[in-house]
Amino acid sequence: MKEIYDLLIIGAGPAGLAAAIEAAKHKISVLVLDEQSEAGGQIYRSIRTTQSLRPETYALLGPDYQHGENLEKTFREAGIEFLAGASVWQVEPDRALHFLRNGKSQKVSYRRLLVATGALERPVPIPGWTLPGVMGAAAADVLLKSSGAVPSGKVVLAGSGPLLWLAASRLVSAEVEILAVLESTKYAYYLQALPYLPQALRAAEYLLKGLRLKRQIRRAGIPVFSGIRQLRAEGAQKLEAVHFDHRGQSKIFEVETLLIHEGIVPNTQLTRLLGCEHRWYERQRYWHPLLDEWGNSSVDGVAVAGDGGIVAGALIAEASGHLSALEAAFQLGAISKDHRDKAAKTYRKIIRHHQAVRPFLEQLFPPNPEILVPPVDSTLVCRCEEVTAGQIIKAVELGAHDLSQLKAFTRCGMGPCQGRMCALTVAEIAAKTQGKSPKEVGSFRGRPPLKPITLGQLANSTE
Amino acid sequence: MLKRLRNSKGKNITIWFEEKPISAQEGESVASALLCAGVEDLRTAPLSGASRAPYCWMGVCFECLLEIDGQPNRQSCLIPVQEGMRIRRPALNFGESA
Repeated sequence: MKEIYDLLIIGAGPAGLAAAIEAAKHKISVLVLDEQSEAGGQIYRSIRTTQSLRPETYALLGPDYQHGENLEKTFREAGIEFLAGASVWQVEPDRALHFLRNGKSQKVSYRRLLVATGALERPVPIPGWTLPGVMGAAAADVLLKSSGAVPSGKVVLAGSGPLLWLAASRLVSAEVEILAVLESTKYAYYLQALPYLPQALRAAEYLLKGLRLKRQIRRAGIPVFSGIRQLRAEGAQKLEAVHFDHRGQSKIFEVETLLIHEGIVPNTQLTRLLGCEHRWYERQRYWHPLLDEWGNSSVDGVAVAGDGGIVAGALIAEASGHLSALEAAFQLGAISKDHRDKAAKTYRKIIRHHQAVRPFLEQLFPPNPEILVPPVDSTLVCRCEEVTAGQIIKAVELGAHDLSQLKAFTRCGMGPCQGRMCALTVAEIAAKTQGKSPKEVGSFRGRPPLKPITLGQLANSTE
Repeated sequence: MLKRLRNSKGKNITIWFEEKPISAQEGESVASALLCAGVEDLRTAPLSGASRAPYCWMGVCFECLLEIDGQPNRQSCLIPVQEGMRIRRPALNFGESA
C-alpha cells in the first residue's frame, strides 16, 4: 500500500468495481477498500467463492447475480490494489482516512475519494423483530450468496418491494418450505403507480421480471396475503409464530423464520462523517447525500456512486461508477473535459434507460407507514440500546425535539451499530409526535469510530 | 435454524465455539457456520439479556459480534471460517475484552 492514492474507493460493489476499472484505464493510482472478505458488494456478494465452491448455488442465483462475474473478473485482472476486510472507522479533514484490517488500524491519504458504500435494507421495526429467527429478506438472499445457507424450517416472508419477491423466488428454487408471503403493499398503491406505467414500459424487462417472480410464487402453491396489517413476531427465546391482520381477521403462522423487507435505503454513515450535505427524499423517506451529475458531493474531492447516493439498482450503480471515475480522471488532469464528456455518454444512456422504471416502483412500493412509526409503543426501535418507540415518544414530549437530543435522552443510536438500524425510525417518530417532517428533526451526526475499535488497536495503529 | 443448500466443494474445517468443536466448510462465514451447526443465538442484549442472532448478514446490525481468535467485537457475518478459529460469545458488556 502506498501512502497516497489519486483515487481511493470505498466499497467493491458494482459502483466501486466499475469506478476502479474505469480509473485504471486512465492510469491514475487507485486503491479499493471493502469491509467484506471479497469483491462483489451485496448484489454480487462472494461471487468468486460461490462460483468456485458452490456451483449449484451459483446457477440458482441466476443472471442478475451472474452479471457480476465479468465485473469482478475484469477488476481482478486489471491488477487494481484491493484490500478486503478493511473497515473505515475515521476520516480526517486533510484527505486521509483510517481503516481497521486484521485487528490493526492503518491510515491512507487520497487526492479524491469515491464513496461506494451502497445501501442497506430499511430496518423493519415490528414487535418481536429482535427475536432470533427474524431477519431481513434481502439479508436471507445475501446469506445464500455469502455462505450458501438457507433457513432450515418453515418460513414466512412479509413486507413489500422487488427484493421481497426476488428473495422469495430464490428460496422457492432452493426448496425452502415457505408457508406464505404477506404483502404490505395496498391496492391503492397500484392506482398511485399507474400514471408512471407508460414510462416504466421503456424498461419493461423490470416489469416482466416482477410478473415472472410473482407467477413462480403462485405456481409453487404459496398463498399470498395482500394488504396485511399489524404484523408481529412472537416467541420466548426465539421466533415461534407470526401474527397479522388480513381483511379484518387475525391470522397466525407457526414458523421458525420470518423474513421482513420494506425496500432499501442509502448507507450514509461515511458521507455523514465526511460532512457531506444530505437531503430528505420524500417519496421513499430516506436521507441521501446531495450530488451533482458526476456524483460530486458538497465536500470538495468527495464523490458518491451507486445506491449510497440514490437507490436505483445495480446497473445504474455500475454506470454511475464509470461517471465518477471519468470525473476523477478529469479533475486529476489525466483526461480532457472532452474525453470525459464523450465517454460519459454511453453511461448516461444506460442510466436513463434503467431510471425509467424507478418512479413506478417508488410509487408502487412506498415504505409501509406502519413500520415508519411502529403503532405499538413497546416495539424496540434501537436494537443495541433496547429503546422502545414509546420511550422515544415520551422523550419527545419531555422536550427532546431533534435526533441529537433524543440520543442524549434515551441512548438510542449509541450502541455498536451507531444508529444504522434506528436513525430513520427515530426521525419518523420524533417528526410525527411533533407534527413535523423528518427533515425538520434531522439525523444523527456521523461520529467516529464508525466501527468498534479497541484501545489496543488504536494504540497499535500505524500512521 | 440454518442449513447448507448443498455441500461446498471446499475443504471441511473445524472451528471452536465456546471450546466445543464445530464442523464448517471453506467459503462460509463464521456466523453462518454457527447457525448451520444449530447455535440459535450469538449474543444477548446488554440490558434485557434477550437472545439475539444476525439480522442483516451484511455488516450493519452488529448482532453477530463475537470474539474471534482473541479479538473482541468482530462482525462474524463478514468473516470467513478458518481452520482452528477460536470463537467466543462477547463478554457481558459491549466493548469489554475481558
